[in-house]
Amino acid sequence: MQFHLPLLSMLIWLPLIGAVLVLMTGSDKHANLARWIAVIVAILSLLLCVPLYLGFDPTTYLMQYREDYLWIDSYKIHYSLGIDGISLVMIILTNFTGLLVILAGIEATKLRVAQYMATFLTMQAMIVGVFASMDAILFYVFWEGMLIPMYLNIGMWGSANREYASIKFFLYTFLGSILMLVGLLYLAQQSGSFDIQSFYRLPLTLHEQKLLFFAFLLAFAVKVPMWPVHTWLPDAHTEAPAGGSVVLAALMLKLGVYGFLRFNMPILPVACQELAWLMIILSLIAIVYIGLIAIVQTDMKKLIAYSSISHMGIATLGCFMVYDIVQDTHQLQSAYMSLEGAVIQMVSHAFGSGAMFLGVGWLADRYANHSRLIKSYGGVANTMPVFAAFFMLFALSNVGLPGTAGFVGEFMVIVSAMRAHFWIALIAGSTLILGASYTLWMYKRVFFGPVTNDQVASFKDLNWIEVTNYLLLSAGVFWLGLNPEPVIRVLQVTLGHLLVQSMPYGLAMNLPKDFSYFA
Amino acid sequence: MPIFSLASPELALLILSGLILLIDVFTPQRLRFLTYLLVQATLVVAFLLAIAQYRHHAELLVTFNGHYVVDKLAILLKLFIYVMSFASFAYAREYIEERKIASSEYYILGLFCVMGMSVMASAYSLLTIYLGLELLSLPLYALVASHKDSQQATEAAMKYFVMGALASGMLLYGISILYGLTGSIQIPEIARLIHAAPTATVSLALIFILAALLFKFGAVPFHMWVPDVYQGAPTSVTLFIASAPKIAAFGITMRILVQALPELHVAWEQILTVIAFLSMFFGNLLAIVQTNIKRMLAYSSIAHIGYSLLGIIAGPSSHDGYSAALFYITTYVLVAAGAFGIVALLSRTGIEADQLEDYRGLNARNPWLAFMLLLLMFSMAGVPPTVGFFAKLGLLVSLVEAHRVWLAVAALVFALIGAYYYLRVVMLMYFEEPTEANASKPVTLSWDMQLAVTVNGVAVLALGVLPSALIDLCRIVI
Repeated sequence: MQFHLPLLSMLIWLPLIGAVLVLMTGSDKHANLARWIAVIVAILSLLLCVPLYLGFDPTTYLMQYREDYLWIDSYKIHYSLGIDGISLVMIILTNFTGLLVILAGIEATKLRVAQYMATFLTMQAMIVGVFASMDAILFYVFWEGMLIPMYLNIGMWGSANREYASIKFFLYTFLGSILMLVGLLYLAQQSGSFDIQSFYRLPLTLHEQKLLFFAFLLAFAVKVPMWPVHTWLPDAHTEAPAGGSVVLAALMLKLGVYGFLRFNMPILPVACQELAWLMIILSLIAIVYIGLIAIVQTDMKKLIAYSSISHMGIATLGCFMVYDIVQDTHQLQSAYMSLEGAVIQMVSHAFGSGAMFLGVGWLADRYANHSRLIKSYGGVANTMPVFAAFFMLFALSNVGLPGTAGFVGEFMVIVSAMRAHFWIALIAGSTLILGASYTLWMYKRVFFGPVTNDQVASFKDLNWIEVTNYLLLSAGVFWLGLNPEPVIRVLQVTLGHLLVQSMPYGLAMNLPKDFSYFA
Repeated sequence: MPIFSLASPELALLILSGLILLIDVFTPQRLRFLTYLLVQATLVVAFLLAIAQYRHHAELLVTFNGHYVVDKLAILLKLFIYVMSFASFAYAREYIEERKIASSEYYILGLFCVMGMSVMASAYSLLTIYLGLELLSLPLYALVASHKDSQQATEAAMKYFVMGALASGMLLYGISILYGLTGSIQIPEIARLIHAAPTATVSLALIFILAALLFKFGAVPFHMWVPDVYQGAPTSVTLFIASAPKIAAFGITMRILVQALPELHVAWEQILTVIAFLSMFFGNLLAIVQTNIKRMLAYSSIAHIGYSLLGIIAGPSSHDGYSAALFYITTYVLVAAGAFGIVALLSRTGIEADQLEDYRGLNARNPWLAFMLLLLMFSMAGVPPTVGFFAKLGLLVSLVEAHRVWLAVAALVFALIGAYYYLRVVMLMYFEEPTEANASKPVTLSWDMQLAVTVNGVAVLALGVLPSALIDLCRIVI
């Protein structure tokens, strides 16, 4: 059934209007008013996701909740929105995370509260916009538009080295987007329209496909981030305020993988197949090499940042393994599982790393000089038992313990990789060991043992806002870990269709034309 | 018999500015603000007359023996020129009052400049083009020197005058060669006869004319005067130089290159490609190392001129190249006026807020002003959802259509370099606390200045969200 309310537009414009309202409260004299407006807007946005999910028809791969208005006549650019299963999941995740960071910001931020809340609401709107856009230029506008609030967020509320980190973040992502814009314009030139779906199955030569592939790759690889263009992330993550790190980890990194799924694979299937080896190697480097780097980190936020890169390696691996799998096994089922694993990995990583960034932020807030160094802590479990218990859960999810969210995605990707290539699966599987080493070792040094200094001894356990935050996140972790069915249900047909679309004709010919068995 | 009614905006400007000059002489000192109001009213009258023409004349009309044209392009350019001049004078009011710059002369000289630009927009022969250009330039040299106690301003005016006279000379030389080749100075006649002329001589004329045009635009390698004049001139004059004259220069470029010399498009495309590339390169690179915001914006204007030339380069082989260039120039001028306007507003008696340092912690001192400057900076960097993005987008679409993908990529790479110094301004305003000297001084604006800045900043955002109307307008006229 179709809702007549323009839900997607509401999800984009409500936070923007909220941001304007929040800014109108002005200086910090009315900080509480700003806080509550932001919270109410965030809750309303999340509530809007309920009818969005319920009204979503999971039996079709067609775009739903379509809205289409001519925006810029001369260039045939449309304000065109619509979602499929992947976008639906990511939009709900965005609004969920949006509420979390705003809740977390209530206590943590004392200075320029209104502007702080406004940056988050704007970011939320922009990210929803990216996931919902069906027009290439609209997509690009949201894609770039989110840089401004993130740049301000890191720069205004970040820690000591924030100016360097924020400008590095901005220029890096700007660099990535440049070639994508030219690529989009080239595609639009070929297809005569900026509609993203009109790009699919354009008759492009292999040479064109490869050039476009690299143009898009740079944009998305920077966002994911993939080795070797990942260096902005540890800086941005470390210097950003806790909420900013959460948005970066939980949402922005997902945009890169989303880009692969929305642009590279269906638009450039031949190039993707030809260059899948490159993507697989880059993903494996991310998983192993970055995982090793994470082990030696002394700064907790940096450690989680590197762990994020490593985990996103699993997601990109899951996306690009499909070509090898189909080639080797001549069936779509394992390839489908690989792709599904990648998407679920995106969601589960949002919960795990988001929660850990929040936790580190809270720890640092309690420490006098806001130290994020592992060696500054020790025995936190003694003074903050509730926090320690929650953090254990998220650490285990990060490691990929069965029953938590982290397990599902990794397992699906690695098992399906096994069908095609034993060694790739084995190397990817090392993430389980590496993840356990860096996460649990950090956990041990920070939480266990005797209380090491007076600072830690004076820590107070979580307050009710923080507990609410963590309860929401643990619900997410368990729900996805034990019963991923509601997510898989909406993904199935979309991913099945995407998979068939992403196969070059040569490969697709050997395949059953009918993919209804996914439904 | 010439049809005078076609030149009604220029005639109105001429008659009214003469009247104002007379009235001003007999106005006592305390009523001098009347001059300001009358000058602005004159611009409004000219604007309304141009609007009336726009509604009545759909087709191209030529008069004054083929030296003067009224078409949609001319009228639209005039409208933009009047609006931007209005804004420049509005921003300038407080600034020149505080500095005791002879204010009535200032506005009246400005009005003569507007008349010159107006003539440039409607010029249909090389002679009229030259006439308009000189009518613009001479009062402009005087304006730069209007702060006569300032050594810097005098030096800038001298430099501007000498270089400008050289450029005018080159233009005249080019015109004389063209006349020798074709026996005509009228645009359509030249276009008709040029193919019979020997290529080498035509190229010589083209190079002289291009050099003069690019000097007026301030493009590399004819850019040397730009940073010095922008920095040395009183900020209100810098604001004026950076805005409306660029639009008028675009007008005569269209007339000469596109309407008179379309036969030579291969030649001027090649020359402009080099010029645009160098302008984007040097403009953006040199802006990075500046510590004076006026100088930084001067280099940034060089880069932006490079961008707008891209549209003209793509013009012959794409649908919308010229209109993309016009859109780019118009919106850039809007943004530049806002940026220099804020620089002027932040200055106080005796203190110029022209160092980047002065912007440190502006968000703490006046959040609204900081936010407006943030919008302007992101627009210059070409980040959506500001209008600067759509300006660049239009150029890129045309470049890709004209099969110049590499130039599009280069333009974007330079935009990335440029983003750095725009971001640095934002960084200073938002990420740092005010300097001790500034912290205690609140930034307060009078209501009309507040209104001007707000209209300007919001326009940059609003045109970024809904650019369609202005893009269409730029397409219709070309």
